[in-house]
Amino acid sequence: MNGRIVRLTYVATALIAVLVVMTTYWQTWAAAGLADRQDNSVKRVAEFSIDRGLIFSFEPRKRLARNLEREIEGKTLFFRRYPQGELAAHVVGYSTVGRSRTGLERSLNDYLTGATGNLSSLVDKALDELRGKPVRGSDVVTTLSLEGQRVALEQLSARCGAVFAFDPRNGKVKVMASAPSFDPNLAEERFGRISRITADCSPAAPLLNRASAGLYVPGSTFKVVTASAALESGEYTPDSSFFDPGYCTVYGKRVNNFDTTSPFGTITLENALAYSVNSVFCNIGLELGAKAILAQARRFGFYERPPLETPADERAPSGLYRDGRLYTPAQDSDVDAGRMAFGQERMLVTAQQMAMVAGAIGVGGRLMEPQVVERVVRPGGRAVFDPEPKLIRRAVSEETADAVARMMRLAVERGTGTTAQISGYSIGGKTGTGETGVPGSNITWFIAFAGRDEESPPELAIAVVLEEQSGTGGSTAAPIARAVMEAILRSTENP
Amino acid sequence: MSARSRELVGLVLAGLIAGVALASVAIARDAEVTAGAASYGALFLALYVAAHVVVRRTVPFADGALLPLAAVLTAFGLSLNYRLDADDGARQALWVVIGVGVLAATLVVLRRDYRVLESYRYLFGVAAVALLLLPSVPGLGERVNGVRLWVHAGPLQFQPGELAKICLILFLAGYLREKREVLAQGRLKDFGPLLVIWGAAMLVIVQTNDLGSALLAFGIFLAMLYAATGRALYVGAGLALFLAGAGALYNALDRVQERVTIWLHPWTDEPVYCALNGQMELRQDCASYQLVKSLYSIANGGFGGTGIGRGTFTSTDGSELVPYLRTDFIYSAIAQELGLIGASALLLCFMLFVVRGMRVALRAQDGFSKLLAAGLTFGFALQTFIIVGGVLRVVPLTGITLPFVSYGGTSIVANFLLLALLLLVSNRASAPR
Repeated sequence: MNGRIVRLTYVATALIAVLVVMTTYWQTWAAAGLADRQDNSVKRVAEFSIDRGLIFSFEPRKRLARNLEREIEGKTLFFRRYPQGELAAHVVGYSTVGRSRTGLERSLNDYLTGATGNLSSLVDKALDELRGKPVRGSDVVTTLSLEGQRVALEQLSARCGAVFAFDPRNGKVKVMASAPSFDPNLAEERFGRISRITADCSPAAPLLNRASAGLYVPGSTFKVVTASAALESGEYTPDSSFFDPGYCTVYGKRVNNFDTTSPFGTITLENALAYSVNSVFCNIGLELGAKAILAQARRFGFYERPPLETPADERAPSGLYRDGRLYTPAQDSDVDAGRMAFGQERMLVTAQQMAMVAGAIGVGGRLMEPQVVERVVRPGGRAVFDPEPKLIRRAVSEETADAVARMMRLAVERGTGTTAQISGYSIGGKTGTGETGVPGSNITWFIAFAGRDEESPPELAIAVVLEEQSGTGGSTAAPIARAVMEAILRSTENP
Repeated sequence: MSARSRELVGLVLAGLIAGVALASVAIARDAEVTAGAASYGALFLALYVAAHVVVRRTVPFADGALLPLAAVLTAFGLSLNYRLDADDGARQALWVVIGVGVLAATLVVLRRDYRVLESYRYLFGVAAVALLLLPSVPGLGERVNGVRLWVHAGPLQFQPGELAKICLILFLAGYLREKREVLAQGRLKDFGPLLVIWGAAMLVIVQTNDLGSALLAFGIFLAMLYAATGRALYVGAGLALFLAGAGALYNALDRVQERVTIWLHPWTDEPVYCALNGQMELRQDCASYQLVKSLYSIANGGFGGTGIGRGTFTSTDGSELVPYLRTDFIYSAIAQELGLIGASALLLCFMLFVVRGMRVALRAQDGFSKLLAAGLTFGFALQTFIIVGGVLRVVPLTGITLPFVSYGGTSIVANFLLLALLLLVSNRASAPR
């Protein structure tokens, strides 16, 4: 019987050996994946014993997130407080015991808890743990202009919408505001008050970051993309002339201009953009075809999640949508290219994406990666993350960019965007009024870039979007863009 | 050094481990080693030294490693239970005292010849089935988590499954020793008993929904049948029958189905129907909540663990993050606080216990003793595998206890009984003639 018992011994020890192997698997290989899961409340609560890194605005340097120490059952815990309240709520997000984190609190959690970094910062952390001292996380300095955030939210006031502004030369994000905003200090214990927030739209959805995750009909702002595609095709120049009868015919149906009462007659491409003439872009769209325009849109970053340090699910890719999903037409005939060319036809975009379009046009076609983190520093002051400006790609040739930029300047000088003028600055912009199908409830837009003069590259690119508006982009969104741009530009003027 | 001297050295080491672990809990809780906490380690050592004295008197030639290994395992269990809840830790300590008492009583009563137990084999067989089915008797059984495991009789409550296991092994050791030549011929009519026991295992699943106990009992049966007859065919046929039966029950019983679904797909990206509240929820927030939270607890331990007393088991407001931590999921508490190093050390203790137990079986001279020791040891290993494997998502999770470690009186007492029987067999095998 002994041979059999020896075999049983092998089986019995093998069973326990399997347990050792699987424990190793969960505690080493799988641990990082489990730590990233949003429902991992064990990890989340455990991290409250870490002296979490602070989060700062760039200018003025103010704390956007700080810690409140509290002793609970002999343990020092660090709870989050947000001194600036709703000013930067969507970018910073919140870190609470009871709910999954959002914003930078979530995406930069590893830095804020000191879990990543270079070797010496990990050694620091291990030493702190051994001494029984609370682990100190790294601080995050954002690129945000607190004044810009304040003006943007003040201008949006009760309206629902978003402002996204960044420096198109290096990608640094100055303003990322979404209205209605919320006070992240309420997220832990008085979340009900956040969910009861109301605004001039429904649902108010205060937690949604409309600047990067709000998808809207682009309206005429998309004409910037169409104009770029037209010039890049080589078949058009800014001086190409068109005849505008006040409408264009798509599949035998008339598609009207915004104002059909006064057709422009013979008009150049340049003026068609400045005055936002639908029929001209409709005909260009029919001529170029949907796929050519979408190819240009892709070069501007459509159909990919726009890069930023915030969590991926707080950013939405722009493009054609069908049944709530991104959709790529297989053939030109699948999409109404005429209507798409002036920003209708199931095209949905984010404010961040449209600011990227305006910025790339402003700086000669170079599409820069937006970055909202200036750097991440260890408590001692050493930087553990110090991002360099990054070129995504060239969206259009320099000639095309300069030509479209000229058209956009024309739009602000004497076209549809005159309400955005700022004395002493050269602004190029494009208005947009997207129809949602509900009369008197439009999506209004203004996208722009602003520099000191026509020669120097613009310092700022901006996109403003508003929901449920009865006016036009020029009358509603452009003044907001103007106020925000002025606040930021004036603050960077030589003191 | 004699076996008894080695045992004493081992017990002192176990006492040291218990003392350090309990002091760590006290430091984590009160930031100092209180006099009370320090005395716990000494009391622990005193208890086991008392057990050692009884062992020395009754079974002087028994294996010297088994008692210290059991002591180390109870040290893990006691300190973790004390850390999770001081009152439960005290109760657990009381149960360990009772367990050691049962060990001593068993040794004293059966010191001359434990093989009298063989003549009561059918009584044990009936008792095993009766005990397994007891929780499904109306008025006695209580459902915890949809599984009938507990029996209430007045203020007393116990889990009969643990005792049933030992009765079953005693029955099988006697029955198989008697019938093994006949069974070894492999005639078709001899499959009768196998079918009967298979039927009983299935009945247990249907009656109590307790997949774990049924699997454990059936696994012990197959292992002992193999040891007795040496016919792999029986094992193959038995496994096939069990899988077929479990497969049939999978389709028939929602409970079994749910366990398997949780095991295979604990996380979902889309909300699925949640039977607990009737709404659409992510599975990790509903049916697989316990398993997933326990895995998070294990993963949070990492390589070195958080340290005893510094693990995260409750939220900042004191609400529980990992359910059933002291019983079913004690292993995930250990894995978090002691890390991979500590959890592996615990598993190695189990492995050593198993190896020593099987050595007892190898050295025993008569068939009954061999089968008894092999059955007890294999059952011990399989039980460890089923519960820890369930927690680690190796097999579907079923609620059985981790021997010597989980909180619970019946489990502790039953395992000390198991230890006593192994010591008795070991003593007889090594005694000079």
